[in-house]
Amino acid sequence: MNIAAHPKPDLALKPILQIEDLCVEFRTTRGLVRAVQNVSYEVHPGEMVAIVGESGSGKSVSALAIMGLLPPKTTRIPKGRVMFDGEDLLTRSKTQMQRIRGRHIGMIFQEPMTSLNPVLTIGDQLCEPLRIHLGMDKEAQHARAVELLGLVGISDAARRLTQYPHEFSGGMRQRVMIAIGLACNPKLLIADEPTTALDVTIQAQILELMKKLSRELGIAMIVITHNLGVVARYADRVNVMYAAQIAEKAEALPLFCAPLHPYTAGLLRAVPRLDQGREARLATIDGLPPDLMNPPTGCRFADRCPARIDACAKMPELREINPGHLSACHRAEEMNGPLRDGLYPLYKAQAAEAEAEGRVEGKNALEVDGLTMNFHVKIGRNPLSRKKAVVKAVDDVSFSIEAGRTLGLVGESGCGKTTVGRSILRLLKPTAGAVNFEGQNIARLPESDLTSMRKNMQVIFQDPFASLNPRMTVGQIIAEPMMVRKLVPDTMAARRRVGELLGDVGLPLYMSERYPHQLSGGQRQRVGIARALAMEPSTIICDEPVSALDVSVQAQIINLLEELQERLGITYLFIAHDLAVVRHISHRVGVMYLGRMMEIAESEALFADPLHPYTQALMDAAPIPDVELERHRAPRALKGEIPSPLDPPPGCVFSTRCPLATEECRQTVPQLREVRPGHRVACLKIEETAP
Amino acid sequence: MMWYVIRRFALAIPTLIGVAIITFFLLRVLPGDIVEIKLRGDGGDVSEAALAAERARLGLDQPLLVQFADWMTGLATFDLGTSLWTGERVAHEIAIRLPLSLEVAILSTILAILIAFPLGTLAAVFRGTIIDYVVRIITIGGLAVPPFWLGMLMIVGLITWFDWLPALGFVPLFTDPVKNLSQLIWPALSVGYRYSSVVARMLRSTILEVLEEDYIRTARAKGVTERMVVAKHAMRNALLPAITVLGLEFAFLIGGLVVTEQVFSLNGIGLLFVESVLHNDFTMIQGLVMVVATGFVLINLMVDVLYALLDPRIRYE
Amino acid sequence: MSDVQTLPNLTRRGHFFSALGDFFVKQPLGAAGGVVILGMFLAALFAEWVAPYNPTQIDFLARLVPPSPAHVMGTDGFGRDIFSRVIYGARTAMTVGFIAAIVGTSLGAIVGVFSAFMGGWVDLAIQRVIDVLLSFPIIVMALIVVAIVPRTELFGVDINVIIAIAIPFIPKVARVIRSAALAIVTMPYIDATRAAGFTKTRIMFRHIMPNVVAPYLIMLTALLGQAILLEASLSFLGLGVSEPTPAWGLMLSGTNADYYREAWWVIFFPGLAISLTVFGFNLFGDSLRDWLDPRLKV
Repeated sequence: MNIAAHPKPDLALKPILQIEDLCVEFRTTRGLVRAVQNVSYEVHPGEMVAIVGESGSGKSVSALAIMGLLPPKTTRIPKGRVMFDGEDLLTRSKTQMQRIRGRHIGMIFQEPMTSLNPVLTIGDQLCEPLRIHLGMDKEAQHARAVELLGLVGISDAARRLTQYPHEFSGGMRQRVMIAIGLACNPKLLIADEPTTALDVTIQAQILELMKKLSRELGIAMIVITHNLGVVARYADRVNVMYAAQIAEKAEALPLFCAPLHPYTAGLLRAVPRLDQGREARLATIDGLPPDLMNPPTGCRFADRCPARIDACAKMPELREINPGHLSACHRAEEMNGPLRDGLYPLYKAQAAEAEAEGRVEGKNALEVDGLTMNFHVKIGRNPLSRKKAVVKAVDDVSFSIEAGRTLGLVGESGCGKTTVGRSILRLLKPTAGAVNFEGQNIARLPESDLTSMRKNMQVIFQDPFASLNPRMTVGQIIAEPMMVRKLVPDTMAARRRVGELLGDVGLPLYMSERYPHQLSGGQRQRVGIARALAMEPSTIICDEPVSALDVSVQAQIINLLEELQERLGITYLFIAHDLAVVRHISHRVGVMYLGRMMEIAESEALFADPLHPYTQALMDAAPIPDVELERHRAPRALKGEIPSPLDPPPGCVFSTRCPLATEECRQTVPQLREVRPGHRVACLKIEETAP
Repeated sequence: MMWYVIRRFALAIPTLIGVAIITFFLLRVLPGDIVEIKLRGDGGDVSEAALAAERARLGLDQPLLVQFADWMTGLATFDLGTSLWTGERVAHEIAIRLPLSLEVAILSTILAILIAFPLGTLAAVFRGTIIDYVVRIITIGGLAVPPFWLGMLMIVGLITWFDWLPALGFVPLFTDPVKNLSQLIWPALSVGYRYSSVVARMLRSTILEVLEEDYIRTARAKGVTERMVVAKHAMRNALLPAITVLGLEFAFLIGGLVVTEQVFSLNGIGLLFVESVLHNDFTMIQGLVMVVATGFVLINLMVDVLYALLDPRIRYE
Repeated sequence: MSDVQTLPNLTRRGHFFSALGDFFVKQPLGAAGGVVILGMFLAALFAEWVAPYNPTQIDFLARLVPPSPAHVMGTDGFGRDIFSRVIYGARTAMTVGFIAAIVGTSLGAIVGVFSAFMGGWVDLAIQRVIDVLLSFPIIVMALIVVAIVPRTELFGVDINVIIAIAIPFIPKVARVIRSAALAIVTMPYIDATRAAGFTKTRIMFRHIMPNVVAPYLIMLTALLGQAILLEASLSFLGLGVSEPTPAWGLMLSGTNADYYREAWWVIFFPGLAISLTVFGFNLFGDSLRDWLDPRLKV
């Protein structure tokens, strides 16, 4: 379904929702947080408006304020109006708001796994708004509920209604949430990060669904997200929020092609794009967002802004620069010209050139051969039965990484990529296969023989908050490995080395006295990198190191990792689910699905010409932050759900969802074979061709 | 679901076996020689022969493992042995006293449910208000006030103001319900205060936790009134841990009874327990501990089943 | 994203006092509890100076005197001043209670952390043992221990009573600390220590233990109250500390309390002392938990 085929909403119609000059404050134990300041935007019937921002920008708070769902005791709304259908929602009483919520305005949230009541049936929860708002009787409720489930693409509706949430997958639960949101035919649907917690292919399904429903039913939609690709693909108009204010407002195309605010321009340059490879170093926005308890008096973006001038000490107003395109920047007019291009130059990494020229076939730093990791899970309810199911978390995976290069491992949830990482690190003992590192097979070595490997292979984790011991200072965290493994002669030397490492990762020296909870997410991740570097490893396993970070911080960390690789020659195994990030940082990429390696090739080759249908589906599903490109793509949302690892499909594990699958695929397990030089695919349907 | 129950049951058996083993061996380590204490009791001389004869009669001269085997086989047939002090069958002694303790325990439970559920819910719903503070103080008091002291104060109060005297004999429930209840309501209350406090606190904190969950936010977003949010969406989830605690604490009631029966001169198993300890009657102690532990395990089993009935995730696993 | 108040680092002097101040302001009830505890503590410490009479001094001429200026809380059946006995009773309660609670909680914590960290069959075995031990109500377990361990006295303190109280606490604490430790063991920073090749001992003591301090403290304060209550119950039954040691529970039992139906003060004040003290501990512990992490359920 090509978006271009959908008629654009008529903006001449009066907006269904108009927020005027909204201010929201929270009283916290540490002070007053001004979460939303002077925010105004509107939504017309049938259009999809995106609110984009990073964490702390206030985007969710403004939506919760519309719904009246902010905690009453600590929230103050000193200013503003929320005009919905002619009435100011902020002046409505509690009872009146209860009648509006769920009836005229629906909302769906980020976490489908926890947003449904586990002890009530789906039918009960779906019919609830029908009962309380529309007063339908039992029969009418049932009929409408079946209709709604059909609308959101859930088959076998009658049976599903009697089931409980835990019997539904994440994607299906989100569909149910959409059905609940649409139950009473609302005029407005608010979606707060509706697909962030879902897998890429499922994300695409859900977003397609939402866009389709919005157009067909004429429902206005607000989508809150930090994902610029999603915005480019689906939004009609966009509001960019920064530090509780709106920085820029425009229709999607002009915003992406010609942003008029340095922050937007920076974001667009900082996001890794699926259609750009390693050659472009990501632009970074230095620094951190301001503290909302003591925001600066002038432009809030000023001290991170490369276009800063003296005038920025005064708060800029949101002004219309081009028709329908507003920006809160003193230099917005200049952005139309060469200023924008000069702000965040895309520079080629010098090493990339050196790489292209002088790269010799290096030694393999890590070789994995037939790695298999099985988990035994008791199934069946009979307590006396000894039957155990085997979950093949990793099934016969092989790859190798050359010294000083990066292998990206990508896939959706349950594909086994994290388990591969943990097996290689020997946090788990592989069931079978070999892991050759530094001349030995460490796969089955006893723990006592792993000391050398435990120095030369290190790890960086995904969750910056949980990867540092909250009771130790940064300095202690980084120094500990050195001291315990006796890599430094004494404490003085350790302290010196800590200082060096902090410098390497771009943190100031005084950070060593701080505790993790005093640092931001990006800073914690840098500490994690410094800790890994403390052992001077040759190889680092990076387990989703940037997934939990904001876009602007992501770019900083990615650049840091690349720089460290160039300087120190470290080998990376980079595990991630975001294709664009993987493309950007990896030399070679492997795609996994349900424990098996589907395709592995040099990064450029893979992205230029993906051969495996799953890889193609992944790339289709991942939106690119470029409106023009997206308009001309026909997203082929992959049908179906990811099968349960407890019950994998026979033959090729992808056969249940593959558009090319035949009977042969369901019977034979395809092996990885080299279809082009250096490009291996596990698919029976791909012919070997000359490059 | 059935398998779930069976599985739970199967788990209980090793626990009970463990209890039996521990109880047996622990008590055989008792320093006092019960035979000596019993026969020499008030001074006076007893010959070695008499001591040996008594030991043989009580089966104490057998090797330890034989005694253990006797004990375990006895358990299987509900034969808990013979009291080393009174000479009566342990099972009999316990059986005549158990109904009393059980009744007090059940009365306490009913009282606790009647008090704890409204209190806990109110405190949670009106969190931070004066109602919450009052309930919290009352319930913390329940954890702090010794049940036996409360019982004593009750007796003093009843005597002073109502000319009430504690009964001399126990009147069974079905013989004369009014008299029976008028006797047992007081110990039930003094033990019940603590019981209901624990449950009320648990309920309060569980409800508060549940109210922070995402699905409550969804319910509010649907326009469900706050009353329904609490009554329908929150309570059903909050009840589950509260019921678990109700079950756990019931078993500990037996412990509370130990001291309360003393105060109210109730001839229940609590009193029996204390006497057995004082007399080093380890057969009786063993028997009592087994009964209490078994009761505890059974109660927990019932709680688990109830939990499964209420929580579909377990029911349909 | 955690907005939980992490346990402040109390090893620096500035931090300690500011944390204290923060606690007092945010948790007035807890502060009240703290005051009560402090009061009892001081009474116990300075009993010699606070108590007007010798607690064991018998005076048959002043038997069962109601509360009056000479005897603020009256006298008991032997003519002993109740107020003084209550003050000295605080000493027994505090000593026995504190030691028992600290020993029980600490041992329980070590077992809990060990079990969680070792995992596998070690964990399962320990769990089963804990299950069995938890099948005994606390007082039953205490009674059994009392029955077994002969009466020993060390520095005027009844060790057997302390052991009898500490032992039932161990499985209770072990279970709670084990859950807390389990959550920590799955944290990436523990994975990082394993990837760096640290020894098991180091990981347990340097990385896991310090992070269970919060639940440890909370259990400790909760069990302090329980310990005092348990000591009182044991003494009441005649199985705890014995005469002539002044102990609140003792004051409520046997010959001491024989005449309570006529002389209500004989039991009222000792019982009140118990209630107040445990109340204070519980208030404090509750507020401590609320302040540290309201989600920590104990």
